[in-house]
Amino acid sequence: MEWRDAGIVLGLRRHGENAVVLEMMTRAHGRHLGVVRNGRSRTMQPVLQPGNHVDALWRARLEEHLGEWKIEPVDLRAATYMHSSVALYGLNHLAQLTRLLPERDPHPAIFESLAVIGENLTEAPLAAPLLIRYELAILAELGFGLDLSECAATGGQEELVYVSPKTGRAVSRVAGEPWRDRLFRLPAFLAGSLVSVPDWAEIEAGFALTAYFLERHVYGPRGLPPPEARGAFIAALRRDLSPSA
Amino acid sequence: MASIAGPEIERLIQLLARLPGLGPRSARRAALQLIKKREQLLGPLADAMRVAHERVLVCTACGNIDTSDPCTLCNDTRRDETLLVVVEDVADLWALERAGVVNARYHVLGGTLSALDGVGPSDLNLDRLLARVAEGRIREVILALNATVDGQTTSHYVTDLLAPYGIKVSRLAHGVPVGGELDYLDEGTLAAAIRQRTLF
Repeated sequence: MEWRDAGIVLGLRRHGENAVVLEMMTRAHGRHLGVVRNGRSRTMQPVLQPGNHVDALWRARLEEHLGEWKIEPVDLRAATYMHSSVALYGLNHLAQLTRLLPERDPHPAIFESLAVIGENLTEAPLAAPLLIRYELAILAELGFGLDLSECAATGGQEELVYVSPKTGRAVSRVAGEPWRDRLFRLPAFLAGSLVSVPDWAEIEAGFALTAYFLERHVYGPRGLPPPEARGAFIAALRRDLSPSA
Repeated sequence: MASIAGPEIERLIQLLARLPGLGPRSARRAALQLIKKREQLLGPLADAMRVAHERVLVCTACGNIDTSDPCTLCNDTRRDETLLVVVEDVADLWALERAGVVNARYHVLGGTLSALDGVGPSDLNLDRLLARVAEGRIREVILALNATVDGQTTSHYVTDLLAPYGIKVSRLAHGVPVGGELDYLDEGTLAAAIRQRTLF
């Protein structure tokens, strides 16, 4: 078995003295692991940092084997993240979210999203809405996507400002008014608004929305605690973006 | 494969093979060498290991390993007690001491935050660090953690924890190593070196 693919490093774990088990999100082969011989060498350590883009050749005798990577650097972004707490916490959160996907299951859209977020991770105003969209994309890939395109009650596409916690569908202002206290606020940037950089209130509303559905459909049923990296990322964003911070 | 020596020697080989840098073959050679130099090497080594096993402690103040608690470094009154260097591991502390570039006290975290390995803040020696800073004598904390994503995530986390104490927090510079040729450096290191350039 042998294939070549583009990959984004998610994490690595020591394997013996000189090797590492490298976890990557690949474009066509999904989240995939493999051994990198000499992965702890001085030349390979900077390449095998989370967030880096690499060209990867995977080889194994049988498909079900762990296999071995041959890695070539393409875009070493990890170093640009080192000075930014938003970027580092965001990177950890992205890796944890991506780990929710089953191994070796192709998710090309998730790979592309990961690449776009990686380019903007040091810019807090851009990274925040992109991360919220990524959380929604992960929910969708796991089969729990929210329908934010039309009102669950009227079918209309105008003034979608709420989300039903029960159905995960958008609700318009008029239809949702009687139950507004029980509904989630739908941030404008998720409802198709052209606002490119949302304010902190919108960001908070977005994270509250995704936190609820991640807990209900993913973390709760799997018995997982809410990830610490997510909390740290939101706290770092708050310091950068919140007017009251 | 049939054993070629008695169980005592096989056990010695198996234990040596667990050491870093040694595999089964090199462990066999090391064992043979130890046995050949029984009086000069094997006996003294066994004694030294027994003494180390009985006396080595982890310093309750800084997390260093020594035969006294507090350790020699914590007891050294010539060190600047207003300066604290935070390191990931005792090996990093030893590296800094070998270099002899900083006359400070140390704090060993015992690891870095790593979601993949399930290492969270509660697994690190952070409570003791905060307690030391809260005593009020420390004026600067130098975060001497690895220039990896996990190391720097931990640096930011510790910086956030120390923010309420109003002390100076610094970290090691990233960039071109001494003897390094630009042509052979990865782009990330070059980017860090350019960003952290200093005035002549």
